[in-house]
Amino acid sequence: MKRHLISAADLSRDEAVLILDTAAELASVAGRPIRKLPTLRGMTVVNLFYEDSTRTRTSFEAAAKRLSADVINFSARGSSVAKGESLKDTALTLEAMGADAVVIRHSASGAAHRLAGWVTGSVVNAGDGTHEHPTQALLDAFTIRQCLGAPGSQAGSPAGSPGPAPARRGHGLDGVRVTIVGDVLHSRVARSNVLLLSTLGAEVTLVAPPTLMPYAVETWPCRAGYDLDSELPKTDVVMMLRVQQERMTAAYFPSVREYRRRYGLDAGRMALLPGHAIVMHPGPMNRGVEIAAEVADSPRSTVVAQVANGVTVRMAVLYLMLGGAGAAS
Amino acid sequence: MRAMRPEHELKRTAASAGKAASAGKAASAGKTVLTPEEIRRALSRIAHEILERTHGGEGVVLLGIPTRGVHLARRLAARIGEFEGAPVPCGSLDVTMHRDDLRLRPARALQRTEVPPEGVDGKTVVLVDDVLFSGRTIRAALDALNDLGRPRAVQLAVLVDRGHRELPIRADYVGKNLPTAYREVVRVLLTETDGEDSVLLGERDR
Amino acid sequence: MGERGRRDGTGERDGGHRDGRNDSGNSDSGNTEWLIRGVRIAGGPAGPQGGLVADIRLAGGVIAEIGRHLSAPGARVLDAAGLVALPGLVDLHTHLREPGREDAETVETGTRAAALGGYTAVHAMANTEPVADTAGVVEQVWRLGRQAGYCDVRPVGAVTVGLAGKHLAELGAMADSAAAVRVFSDDGNCVADPLLMRRALEYVKAFDGVIAQHAQEPRLTEGAQLNEGEVASRLGLAGWPAAAEEAIIARDCLLAAHVGSRLHVCHVSTAGSVEIIRWAKSKGWQVTAEVTPHHLLLTDDLAAGYDPVFKVNPPLRTRDDVSALRQGLADGTIDCVATDHAPHPVEAKETEWAAAANGVTGLETALRVVQLAMVDTGLLDWAGVADRMSVRPAEIGRLTGHGVPLGPGGPANLTLYDPDAPEEAVDPAAHASKSRNSPFAGMALPGRVYATFLRGAATVLDGKVTR
Repeated sequence: MKRHLISAADLSRDEAVLILDTAAELASVAGRPIRKLPTLRGMTVVNLFYEDSTRTRTSFEAAAKRLSADVINFSARGSSVAKGESLKDTALTLEAMGADAVVIRHSASGAAHRLAGWVTGSVVNAGDGTHEHPTQALLDAFTIRQCLGAPGSQAGSPAGSPGPAPARRGHGLDGVRVTIVGDVLHSRVARSNVLLLSTLGAEVTLVAPPTLMPYAVETWPCRAGYDLDSELPKTDVVMMLRVQQERMTAAYFPSVREYRRRYGLDAGRMALLPGHAIVMHPGPMNRGVEIAAEVADSPRSTVVAQVANGVTVRMAVLYLMLGGAGAAS
Repeated sequence: MRAMRPEHELKRTAASAGKAASAGKAASAGKTVLTPEEIRRALSRIAHEILERTHGGEGVVLLGIPTRGVHLARRLAARIGEFEGAPVPCGSLDVTMHRDDLRLRPARALQRTEVPPEGVDGKTVVLVDDVLFSGRTIRAALDALNDLGRPRAVQLAVLVDRGHRELPIRADYVGKNLPTAYREVVRVLLTETDGEDSVLLGERDR
Repeated sequence: MGERGRRDGTGERDGGHRDGRNDSGNSDSGNTEWLIRGVRIAGGPAGPQGGLVADIRLAGGVIAEIGRHLSAPGARVLDAAGLVALPGLVDLHTHLREPGREDAETVETGTRAAALGGYTAVHAMANTEPVADTAGVVEQVWRLGRQAGYCDVRPVGAVTVGLAGKHLAELGAMADSAAAVRVFSDDGNCVADPLLMRRALEYVKAFDGVIAQHAQEPRLTEGAQLNEGEVASRLGLAGWPAAAEEAIIARDCLLAAHVGSRLHVCHVSTAGSVEIIRWAKSKGWQVTAEVTPHHLLLTDDLAAGYDPVFKVNPPLRTRDDVSALRQGLADGTIDCVATDHAPHPVEAKETEWAAAANGVTGLETALRVVQLAMVDTGLLDWAGVADRMSVRPAEIGRLTGHGVPLGPGGPANLTLYDPDAPEEAVDPAAHASKSRNSPFAGMALPGRVYATFLRGAATVLDGKVTR
């Protein structure tokens, strides 16, 4: 695996499958009496979070700690970062502290790229502006593989049941149909998922109002459309993206009501899905806007499993990046 | 571990591994030190020894160390099941995360750890591996086992003990004691992974 | 008498002085008579398209004589075999940052950089601190230019007070000041209010001024970071659509035609803009336009590594835009090259993309980039370069004494350029500009400015300033 994980495009198919297989193996650690592995003992992982995100930060923290790494949290509030210290100076401070890996979340696209140029350790992009969030895509892919396995298979209870694991190891997501719905334009989760899922062989379709569809989306490795209802009957996975209310003032859509009517996943739309299809959401959810409460709480919803899988997938990433020689250049 | 044994690489299919073992490698493969018949007898003897020493296999759990140790463990479990008429729990224990040489090579893919439903607490765990050499793999296995629970006792069964221990580790059950020079390479081939049963002793290639 | 020099930059062209780096040998008191031998003259009335090879004698601040085998006893001789002589370059668009942002550049360092780039006159944009929206500030900038003495500085006056786009600045006072402002621009900002733009266009007719518009519809480009296209979409950077530039240009052309005034369009960057300007000119409207060297060469895919050295406004665009701009400059739709030299201190560029300042330096690399993009590709010959980089900009800026085709009796403002100098990678650390934000860093560019003469005194010799 390369030294940094900044974009989902950094991963070849083999590398992505290796991460998923490693995560599958690590998932059992959570069920053991000692929920820790010694592998990253003595290594320091820094969480550099310029944006508030308790969920993602604690997920990375748990992952690093389960591998016995030391974790240092730098959050934007109440630190030199808040006083306006530049990203470069923060990077130099982390270097001096001997960070083996820096997990960075930042509001500017490309911040992870820039940081990678200033540190000798590994950089994991935990979300940079509207650019990418590769570990989210990895945990989404892992959840899909866990729930669906090979296409056409009828999953028992979609959420959380691991199924016969050996059949899934070594496999990608060939032929799995994934539909991503919502504010794609501003979504780093969507960008990473389009790249990673198509690398793994899935067929990705984006659905959004034209104002929230990225410019030049026809050059992306996916289909794109404006009509949600026509896509639902032929998809195995529907992934709902959060829509921010602020988009209304910038005239992306006229009202929450209209958005919900045209692009919200309610019970009626959920009934259009094939029997085995699952509903995903990266969180946090706007219940009642892009996703109805009863859909979010239905057995099709994998939201809770996604969070659990987030820790194991991040453990796999940290292990493969730091757990051997050649992680540092 | 200094010996570059195939089990530390990503698992190959039986077909490709078998091809690699037999096609064009006869020259450097070395001489046969255990024939398929000898392997069969050794495993039977070990199975009997386990039964003797554990009062009929009471509370025994076999855990094979991937890759080939797992197949040997399964064969032993089957043998024991034949002799006693009762199956003995069998699983696998991946030691990758507990190795002491992790930082010397790029991060390795993990192998499967499958603990039988009975667990390991209070059990007599018999670790099964193909070759015992420096002892570091077994030390890692003991650490990995420690995180799974608290066995009553841990024993070790190996097909071949080739000496050159670097840690105070010894096997309880040995298929064959094989004195070797440090630079020599011991290759264990099993039908499940390599298409044939054989133990070869040769010079290190490269 | 002179000695035959070598083309290796060790200064042996300068007759009698073997080491060009020797300070006393490289200086020029300004009263020296010069004999430039065997130079190829581009942009002279006497020269055919290919360029006449001749000797040029400079005396008393003018071109005294052009001919073959001239003799000038007592003159300093410069062996110019292989060099091209252009009328001194004129930049219609430079940011000298003084007053207020001297951490990035001063009039002295900026004009030194200009001279090294072959410029004898630059127009200094008004977005300083305080803004150049009064006679006082423009006169200050003009005076600083005279003091530094590297090239003539013609300040550009702001169109609106504080560049805020609300009230007209005292354009007349600035025109009447010692700085004799003729070009007015809110560059950095767009004069977006159509009524205000109309009034400004009308008002400057009284003193033959011209409004130079930075065309950028603000509502369409709020928070924009990079050309709206495939690259920005992939990188997650907010897009700056071409239509936001083209819409303003179209509007302003129509307004200029309606009120019968001149319009100059700054830093044209899109193929669509070129077409609109071509159309406007075909109607006989008084519309002129400039293009930057970086827009003639670089494209938005350079932003893939998020290095803000490539962040500029208007942004780098696509291959198709670059082709259209080159074609436009070649056929005269675009009248001139203007550098939009925009120096920034290191900390303004060593950040994440969204936080970085817009702008690239360009004075010292302009002619080399134009050679690479236009001359070496066969789109423009040296006579054309003289026209686009000296004659036309001086005309548009109503600047006398510059942009005069090389001929006897004309002012001794000229640039000697070596198009065959070995290709060299651009090293911003070696630039005279205070700032290092060149997008050409590390790029191999052809050519080299050998000498620049300002009213008969050499400001640059052998690629180095004379003082």
